Amino acid sequence: MVKPIIHFKNFSFQYDSQAEKTLKDINLDIFPGEKVLLAGASGSGKSTLGRCLNGLIPEAFPGKMTGTCLINGHQAKDSSIFELSFDVGTVLQDPDSQFVGLTVVEDLAFSLENDCQPQAKMQAATREWAQKLQLTEFLQHSPQEISGGQKQRVAMGGVLIDESKILLFDEPLANLDPAAGQATMQLLNHLAAQQDLTVIIIEHRIEEVLSAGIDRLVLLKDGQVAANDRPEKLLVTGSLAELGLREPLYLSALRRAGVNLAECSSLLDVQQINAAALPQALQQWDTELELSSAAKPKIPLLEVEQLDFGYQPDRPIIKNLSFTLYQGEMVSLVGKNGTGKSTLSNLIAGFLTPTAGNIKFTGKNLLKLSVKQRAEKIGYILQDPNQMISQTKIFDEVASGLRLRNVAEATIKEKVIEILRICGLYEMRNWPIAALSFGQKKRVTIASILVLAPQMLILDEPTAGQDLYHYTEIMNFLEKLQRQQHLTIVLITHDMHLMLEYTQRTLVLSNGSLLADAIPAAVLTNDQIIQQASLARTSLFDLAERFKLPSATDFVSKFIQAERQERIDD
Amino acid sequence: MTENLFIGYIDRPTFLHHLSGSTKLIGFISFSIIGMVTFDTRFLLGILIMSLVLFHYAQIRYREVALIVKVIIAFAALNLIMVYVFGPGYGMQIYGTKHLILGNSQHYFNLSWEELFYLFNLLLKYVFAVPLALIFLLTTNPSEFAASLNKIGISYRISYAFEIALRYIPTVQRDYRTISLAQQARGYEMSKTAPLMQRAKGAVQILLPLIFTSLERIETISQAMALRRFGQQHKRTWYMARPFKTADYLSLIVIAVWLILGIYLFKVNNGRFWNPFK
Repeated sequence: MVKPIIHFKNFSFQYDSQAEKTLKDINLDIFPGEKVLLAGASGSGKSTLGRCLNGLIPEAFPGKMTGTCLINGHQAKDSSIFELSFDVGTVLQDPDSQFVGLTVVEDLAFSLENDCQPQAKMQAATREWAQKLQLTEFLQHSPQEISGGQKQRVAMGGVLIDESKILLFDEPLANLDPAAGQATMQLLNHLAAQQDLTVIIIEHRIEEVLSAGIDRLVLLKDGQVAANDRPEKLLVTGSLAELGLREPLYLSALRRAGVNLAECSSLLDVQQINAAALPQALQQWDTELELSSAAKPKIPLLEVEQLDFGYQPDRPIIKNLSFTLYQGEMVSLVGKNGTGKSTLSNLIAGFLTPTAGNIKFTGKNLLKLSVKQRAEKIGYILQDPNQMISQTKIFDEVASGLRLRNVAEATIKEKVIEILRICGLYEMRNWPIAALSFGQKKRVTIASILVLAPQMLILDEPTAGQDLYHYTEIMNFLEKLQRQQHLTIVLITHDMHLMLEYTQRTLVLSNGSLLADAIPAAVLTNDQIIQQASLARTSLFDLAERFKLPSATDFVSKFIQAERQERIDD
Repeated sequence: MTENLFIGYIDRPTFLHHLSGSTKLIGFISFSIIGMVTFDTRFLLGILIMSLVLFHYAQIRYREVALIVKVIIAFAALNLIMVYVFGPGYGMQIYGTKHLILGNSQHYFNLSWEELFYLFNLLLKYVFAVPLALIFLLTTNPSEFAASLNKIGISYRISYAFEIALRYIPTVQRDYRTISLAQQARGYEMSKTAPLMQRAKGAVQILLPLIFTSLERIETISQAMALRRFGQQHKRTWYMARPFKTADYLSLIVIAVWLILGIYLFKVNNGRFWNPFK
């Protein structure tokens, strides 16, 4: 019988800083060569479990362990980060912040340097791994010169170069565009087979990770193992939704169409999945559902006309860009990194001045206004709330924009309280901001912009790194603002679920020009756009194609409509 | 946007680029120390000529270093003026003779050949080190910096701190820019038209989020480094370290000869000063 490479028995852990146990009575065996997806909502203990595997617990995060945790024969309790690092290679969530070398090749060699390996050996090893990870041409590049996907490959190379047999991946998809995420999963699948790796992936984006050929799905809830089985078994039972996780979209669609997933074969692969009753059920559902076409009157809000921008005349970043945003829309702005999305929002907010073209807001020239004046019309919200918050108390943070505009303190109080109520923060108004969760901080930053009464919001990746529960919380809040305050909301995002589910229109940027301006369902069912903009096909598209539905776009739209209907009814 | 805060390494095929960073560092430090201690004008002129020759061979172009050179010239000029203002008679005191050009020795402000000569020596000290520092900075690959520091005996943990700093300067600059834009949008005036007080206040508003963001980053970096065994052993090797070659040994010999000459001159001169007035 094969012995497990990782063995948890009645294992519990409590951080010294916490009143309760974060992991409770974990029993889990992982065998050599398995690819395991560890999923669970925020606070379920999945990151803590990961830290027990690589030794950050108890060394960097002290606490009390009980029970057994054996990693490749080593007791976790008595092993240091140093000892475990030979067995477990860890790739952290943000590949940029773990890039410690000045160039790719130095970062790859980092652990070998620490092991005092001679230069000849380091050169051979880095050459070998650069080849395996397709990094050879980037070896002399600095981290600023390579993309997120490449950085992640560097991070993988930097730990695999130790020849460790266990690879621990903490939320590998959180910082990547959809195409890069897909590529990472495929590479991982290939490497795991080639190097005989045991892979543990911590991630809540289950659909994307399943394409890496996951053998086992371990679901955590409140620090306990809630389910542990082959993924196809767990997907049938629908236990994902109960745990606040999102099941693959194509499975949700099949459920809606009334297909019994237990009867399906090849459940994990949208290209193979089938059942006797499946084609007919799907076609019937597609025919029966009508797309509602409630065309609202369109009042232009922001008009961008033939905009040009570049730091050097021969290298334009924005090229002849024109589009109009209408009042009350929720629009997604997508495209590869470095394609001009941030530049465009900086031009709108007034941080940059276009070299040619015009921007109008409610028919008036926006370019004549200062950054401060524009901020009263268009609010810009960064991805990381910590980069926006400059006060220590919620009330002061929200009030600061008004105070800087010399509004009377009595008026400020009135306005801030109103906004805090809208944002569901009123009860916490005197709390220190440090005590808030990520989602709550995000709401504080939105509130501090809303208090200036803008007509439009631009949000950069509003849900990055959030589990389904917090994601839904943030997005429902934004949707409510859109409905009740008639705000126009622009979301800059890599998340295709987000653009499909919540936005009514998608602008696709590619090399500074508009590649597409259409409903999200149309964008994600167009292979050419998907490829050029580094997006990924939605599995709903595959489903529609395989079963020859009359229009893939309509099918996707219908599914989204049904989901949205259910959300509003709730 | 491509404005460079620091003058950067430029790869060129000169013998100075091929020397090990440690050799250049040892040279720079040795010349700086001996040059700062000695007041032997002949010796200082010698080092100056040598450093200018080396500067020429390093193929550094003036426009690459124009800014920093101007800053140094301004600083040196200011410094010399202040030295004169605070002690116009110091030169005569040192050299023990009085060759007055202007004024008389009864007054505080006067000008003597001795003072001029003393100031000239100071000027040489400021000037000779500049080309050497620039050569070190512009011909040494930043990746080799840390390795060189470690090689001359500085603990590798401290040496690596330099590498990490170089690595994260662009990131922190980017964070700063992002935060500053977000704060400006909320109404902090930081444009050049705003009153100074308001701009200072705005800067503080950026600092708090920047510190929090950086602290978070530091935590991740230190975890990432620990996970790859940084700091476990007493020493480490360096991928980018350049092993010593013949040219390095030759250079070290030349440096040693200069050092010995400098020290020998102390003996000849009976102290740090070469006195042409006696």
